[in-house]
Amino acid sequence: MTYIVKPRLRHPALPVNKLGFTHRDYEGTVSTLCAGCGHDSISAAIIQACFELAIEPHRVAKLSGIGCSSKTPTYFLGQSHGFNSVHGRMPSVLTGANLANKDLIYLGVSGDGDSASIGLGQFVHCIRRGVNMVYITENNGVYGLTKGQFSATADKGSKSKGGASNMDTALDLASMALMVGASFVGRSFSGDKEQMVPLIMAAMRHPGPAFIDIVSPCVAFNNHAGSTKAYDFVRAHNEAVNSLDIMEPRNPITVEYAPGTTEEVALHDGSTLRLAKLDASYDPHDRIMAMAYLQAKAAKGEFVTGLIYMDRQAGDLHANLGTVDAPLNSLSEKELCPGAKALDGFNTSHR
Amino acid sequence: MAATDVRNPDYFHKVVDCQWACPAHTPVPEYIRMIAAGRYSDAYMVNWHSNVFPGILGRTCDRPCEPACRRGRVEEVTGAPQPVAICRLKRVAADNKDGVKARMPSPAATMNGKRVALIGAGPASLTVARDLLPLGYTVVLYDGDTSAGGMMRTQIPKFRLPESVLDEEVDYILDLQPELRLGQKINSLRGLLSENYDAIFVGCGAPRGRELEIPGRKEAAANIHIGIDWLSSVSFGHTSKIGKRVIVLGGGNTAMDCCRTSRRLGGEKVDVVVRSGFEEMKASPWEKEDAMHEGIPIHNFLVPKEFLHEQGKLIGVRFEKVKAEYDAKGRRSLVPAGEPDTVMPCDDVLVAVGQENAFPWIERDIGLGFDKWDMPVVDPATMQSTHPKVFFGGDAAFGPKNIIWAVAHGHDAAISIDLLCRGEDVNRRPPPMVNLSSQKMGIHEWSYDNDISNDARYKVPHAPIEQTLKNVRLEVELGFDLKQAFAEAQRCLNCDIQTVFDAPKCIECDACVDICPMDCITFTANDAEEELREHLSAPSLHPDQDLYISPALKTGRIMAKDEDLCLHCGLCAERCPTGAWDMQKFLLNAPKTEYACRHG
Repeated sequence: MTYIVKPRLRHPALPVNKLGFTHRDYEGTVSTLCAGCGHDSISAAIIQACFELAIEPHRVAKLSGIGCSSKTPTYFLGQSHGFNSVHGRMPSVLTGANLANKDLIYLGVSGDGDSASIGLGQFVHCIRRGVNMVYITENNGVYGLTKGQFSATADKGSKSKGGASNMDTALDLASMALMVGASFVGRSFSGDKEQMVPLIMAAMRHPGPAFIDIVSPCVAFNNHAGSTKAYDFVRAHNEAVNSLDIMEPRNPITVEYAPGTTEEVALHDGSTLRLAKLDASYDPHDRIMAMAYLQAKAAKGEFVTGLIYMDRQAGDLHANLGTVDAPLNSLSEKELCPGAKALDGFNTSHR
Repeated sequence: MAATDVRNPDYFHKVVDCQWACPAHTPVPEYIRMIAAGRYSDAYMVNWHSNVFPGILGRTCDRPCEPACRRGRVEEVTGAPQPVAICRLKRVAADNKDGVKARMPSPAATMNGKRVALIGAGPASLTVARDLLPLGYTVVLYDGDTSAGGMMRTQIPKFRLPESVLDEEVDYILDLQPELRLGQKINSLRGLLSENYDAIFVGCGAPRGRELEIPGRKEAAANIHIGIDWLSSVSFGHTSKIGKRVIVLGGGNTAMDCCRTSRRLGGEKVDVVVRSGFEEMKASPWEKEDAMHEGIPIHNFLVPKEFLHEQGKLIGVRFEKVKAEYDAKGRRSLVPAGEPDTVMPCDDVLVAVGQENAFPWIERDIGLGFDKWDMPVVDPATMQSTHPKVFFGGDAAFGPKNIIWAVAHGHDAAISIDLLCRGEDVNRRPPPMVNLSSQKMGIHEWSYDNDISNDARYKVPHAPIEQTLKNVRLEVELGFDLKQAFAEAQRCLNCDIQTVFDAPKCIECDACVDICPMDCITFTANDAEEELREHLSAPSLHPDQDLYISPALKTGRIMAKDEDLCLHCGLCAERCPTGAWDMQKFLLNAPKTEYACRHG
């Protein structure tokens, strides 16, 4: 952490997006996390993604629980709505907010403790209900705020800073998300912004439950030899299945790939997601195969990153419930209490 | 690009833009921090060792440091970028110091038997005297005037430089006991050489004001004055009046001094007329501002054609209107605008159209070469002429410059004279004294204030104009008070506190990239400089500013830092989990004679 406020001065020739903002306009207050924390890089990637998508900050609601990861929403999007909930309860607060006002972009930020331990039930139910959101876990495998005990995502056999081995089986949040119906699943690494930024952008454009598991080394308690979530280990075992580009209609395509190795997916805002296949056999639209692939690679000690799964026909909770087009919080008493006559008609229809 | 070699003192020196731009390489941020800490005497001494005349320069310097100041680039987003008021902070140190006499060197206890003559007692010669006297040299100081100081005394008006300030700083050098031969003009270098000096230094300035030979010059001579001669006459009290309507011809700092002095000696309507455009005038912008503030209009694109006179008395000047035209190479020429001439009535004219060197007293057959412009051939590194015993410095060396250049020349000439007298090669220059030391005090604590001030540049308060225009000796600028001085000092970015990168420690976590407020840092594949500059986190705006390149890191990438807009806030080092970044103070003292090196 730092004790001084980040200077207001900025580079005079920073690019601006179509709203006239620079990426600095999407910052929050200065981070109080440990120096070198991977979470700060994820915050920077979120800032960059929102800048590039030219998102109006007041259209975003960022929600979190408890933990190092859940502190981070303070450090980005200082002009957005924020809610810091009880430990592990962010998903239900997010679900409620989304039901009330479906017009906002919901960004849930959580960690391996908040989502894989105390909040595991909330995590799976929020996804299986199909809430339209971006759910990011900043996954470092340890409880950093309580000095580095193994979390539920720590790999079996990995070692703590003090030398103890973890004997419990790890939860794989990406696999769980696939299993319970996430229509967009990505995995990334905090040390790789080139991968993180387009993945977050694509997730924000996805009209359903989008989950991204980001391995984020804890420099204080989990960045040593024997850890499977250290910078060096992740760099050595990271296998990206594809690389992503988000192309705005106004930006021409500049990088050329060999035919057959790329796939373009139209996103619902008019932009295009281009996927360059790094593993030609991998199909990110086949959920069953994706689950098997993750398990097969994990068994070999490899760590799959990139866009793991995307359902091109995704829907969301509001579609499932058949709610009206207008956000519920915009409905007035007139629409909500249509009167005795309407009630009678409704009751009659059930007799 | 190859990895940057930070062991080359020039690399970090260049990052300290102000110090690099200063001809005497004064460690500017070092003394500004001292001012912020209230250590005025220490700040004064840092200056004194480097530039010899802190009080004088703090009022009169041409400030090459300020256009170079990084603050003027990083504030560009605010629309009105302004450098730190370095010059006026120097004055704060001089105005608020305690007695520094005890910290000054003492006259040499024993003489080394070598005798050096200095011609002219201006800033260049006084610098040579200061650098040589403590070493035991016998220094003989000649000047045609009866007091030492040279142009600082004769040409700079007292309302810009009070006599007491000048006397104090000249006296620090005279206290080292040179032999004074004031009022003694040298009329023959051959004659002086025959007096068997071990070395002679020519620091006589550029003493001749350029003439303006147009019709009417002779007839109206009584009311047409050469600017620098007139200023000198005012300075010595021989002139105390001028006509009500005055025209000053010329656009340099001398012209500004002439017009402002005229306003104080009875000139009610004073006009400055320049041939060129307003923007191209040689005068410093702040001097022009001060003149206009005193109600002096500046007319441009007017070429004087004739002095008009009636019965031997000047009545006005006729000007031709011109305009600027540029050829394909961008060279400017002034061509007639095709409009009728204008006539400006006046009582007196001051001609300040430039200064020239004149060496009628140097015989051309004594082995001292002159070039085709009739200037002595001088080596810019050693200041030695083609006569091995004769050295030049200040305006005498390469034509009119300013005081800080004279000081820089003086230091270099003193080194050469010392080398010569010790029988060594004058071309073997001593290296600068350099020190690089970590400023880390605690986990996020630095021994300098890294919290950047967002304040805009402070204005130096002036004495009321009703008073200053009545008294030619009343100083116009009051100087910063201590509160303003502190606030202005806090604007300094501490560019001498370098961001030093230790590549083997880096784990490429991106923490420095994310926190850097100026987007200076990039981790990328290595490439040629031109390509690298295309791929930085933020556009490279000034290719003359270096890129700091690390050796290859673990992933094969490199760290590239654009030094251009770094705030030296130290956030990269605070965020670095492994200490790969450190903030280290780079202190460079430019080479001087052995005396000054030991004490600088």
